[in-house]
Amino acid sequence: MTARSNILGKLRNSLAGTTPRPDEFDEQLVTRPWQYPPAARVERLRSLMEAVHTEVHQVSATDWPALVADLLNRRNLSNLLCAPATDHGKALQHYWQTTGQRSQLLAYDRPIEQWKTALFENVEASITGTIGGIAATGSLVLWPDRHEPRLMSLVPPVHIALLKASEIHDNLYDLMTAQRWAAGLPTNALLVSGPSKTADIEQVLAYGAHGPKELIVVILDQA
Amino acid sequence: MSQRIPVTELAADFRSRATTALADDQLRTNFRTAMDSLIKKRADAFPDEQEREGLRELGNRIKARALSRLPDLLEQLEAKLTENGVTVHWAETVEQANRIVHGIIEARNGRQVVKGKSMVSEEMEMNDYLARRDIECLESDMGEYIVQLDGEKPSHIIMPAIHKNARQVSRLFSEKLDEPATDDVNELIQTGRRTLRRKFMEADVGVSGVNFAIAETGTLLLVENEGNGRMSTTVPPVHIAVTGIEKVVQNLRDVVPLLSLLTRSALGQPITTYVNLISGPRKPEELDGPEEVHLVLLDNGRSGAFADAQMRQTLNCIRCGACMNHCPVYTRVGGHTYGEVYPGPIGKIITPHMAGLNQVPDHPGASSLCGACGEVCPVKIPIPQLLQRLRQENVRNPAEPQVVKGGGSKYSRTERMIWQGWQLLNTRPALYGLFLRAATRLRRLTPKNAGPWTRNHSAPVPARRSLHELADAHLRQRGDQ
Repeated sequence: MTARSNILGKLRNSLAGTTPRPDEFDEQLVTRPWQYPPAARVERLRSLMEAVHTEVHQVSATDWPALVADLLNRRNLSNLLCAPATDHGKALQHYWQTTGQRSQLLAYDRPIEQWKTALFENVEASITGTIGGIAATGSLVLWPDRHEPRLMSLVPPVHIALLKASEIHDNLYDLMTAQRWAAGLPTNALLVSGPSKTADIEQVLAYGAHGPKELIVVILDQA
Repeated sequence: MSQRIPVTELAADFRSRATTALADDQLRTNFRTAMDSLIKKRADAFPDEQEREGLRELGNRIKARALSRLPDLLEQLEAKLTENGVTVHWAETVEQANRIVHGIIEARNGRQVVKGKSMVSEEMEMNDYLARRDIECLESDMGEYIVQLDGEKPSHIIMPAIHKNARQVSRLFSEKLDEPATDDVNELIQTGRRTLRRKFMEADVGVSGVNFAIAETGTLLLVENEGNGRMSTTVPPVHIAVTGIEKVVQNLRDVVPLLSLLTRSALGQPITTYVNLISGPRKPEELDGPEEVHLVLLDNGRSGAFADAQMRQTLNCIRCGACMNHCPVYTRVGGHTYGEVYPGPIGKIITPHMAGLNQVPDHPGASSLCGACGEVCPVKIPIPQLLQRLRQENVRNPAEPQVVKGGGSKYSRTERMIWQGWQLLNTRPALYGLFLRAATRLRRLTPKNAGPWTRNHSAPVPARRSLHELADAHLRQRGDQ
């Protein structure tokens, strides 16, 4: 504990006789330049995400499983990691059963230690929900949980994300205020704004650095 | 023409390293190209000057507010993180920090560590420390990985391998990884991906830095484009984050403008591909994420900078690298010339507090004071003023107490006396007149050798008559006197 008390002691000493600066946070500066009419939010998010190699689709809230099946078939993918307990997981299973899809649905149903190698080597794609989107920066917001663990959106080479059009917010400030983030965050919260990329060699942009090589966003319109 | 400057083979001082770097055409082309592109990207990311300036002012205020209550915020951060299940450690020196990290790894019998990008771990020279204890510590950021593979140090805080071109990376990969030579950047990146994916799976411990530590919620925020940061902090059973004590901010909302300033200033991106907010280890019901999360808070001279109200502003830094991207000196000599962990303008003002000003006595002077660094700094650190201040600290009389660690190493009694004489001359009109008379009348006796000046210039010779005398004569002729 000596390092702790030494550091804090030195800092307190240096601040002796001073008063803490007031909180002059001006939220206008981070909200006003980033406001859009509701109809323009989808377009803004879409164009920003497409600019960084994200594939964006927009379908009705009921038709999306067919689109997902089609996306897999076109890429010739043989499996898809999904969360069977979620609403979208159930819808997907139902569609797979009724239409007899060739690709296999996998579930993330045990701790990572029990299937790390299989997750890294055999899973070809994953599908997760999102808790919202951000128009200003073209971002998806994910709060991984037991059903859709953290690595689901990171390890498989193709990540499909479902985003409700009605849950796209103007900017990060509005989203975190509306969702009351300051009151409590999950163990891991994520903003995802495209497939993994790097420009570390000669500043040449290359996609698929360590995370997904492809990010596919399926925007769901109200039924 | 040398293609590579391994740090170990570098000459001992800034000046000779600069001379070598300036003669390296390849190095200069690599930097010039990269910096020009980063300057343009930043400019494009801030199309509205008013918006940019408002945000910079807000960024400055947020950091100033955090620093004005730093000890309280650090305690709040510790309390919140502890409540969230994260273990917080404190280290005054890099040695202490390394010992803490090593202890955590040892407790798990760890042998393999995979590291996301972290400049604080560079400060600690963690890779070497762990390697000496038979623990492999592998860099996973593509740029850092390339640099580590070649036994080098990063030459830029955001783009560690910016001094190399694709051909140089290709040669390195075929040499060290037995890969077929290719200039195709995509193929080179896929080689890195394949190699490192295996390492993420196998690693016992993941190490990362922190971009912002949020006291309000007990959250560590990390930004990145590659996904290696998320891999390092999620796949291994233990995650150790190392960070400087200045990275703490008060409220969650404070990171909204800081994040925007950081990614736009650094890379010209509206946001990075991933923003990773970590608030705790895996919960019992969760299926992945590390079982243990540790945060090591490192001082390493920061509290020394904090003690001086002017120098304290160096702790505003959010490590975006914009100051080096815009620096005419950095662009020409490259990052390795500085010989320290943090190169460029920001390096010049923070290194003295870590290593001691006497270790880097040439740094404050290696600036034209053009002001570009201060103008682009997203948190408005007055870098040029701090460089001037360090020049003064550099020549402070060693007999006086030093304000900056290692200050006064450039003090010279002769130089001090010359300046005192200069002051005398310029504050006594009679003496000044006498001096001018002597200098003009005895102009033929002016020394031909004026030190470094005459190496590249012809020696200055005073005019026949001083301006004073000419003006005098002119006025008399007009009969005004």
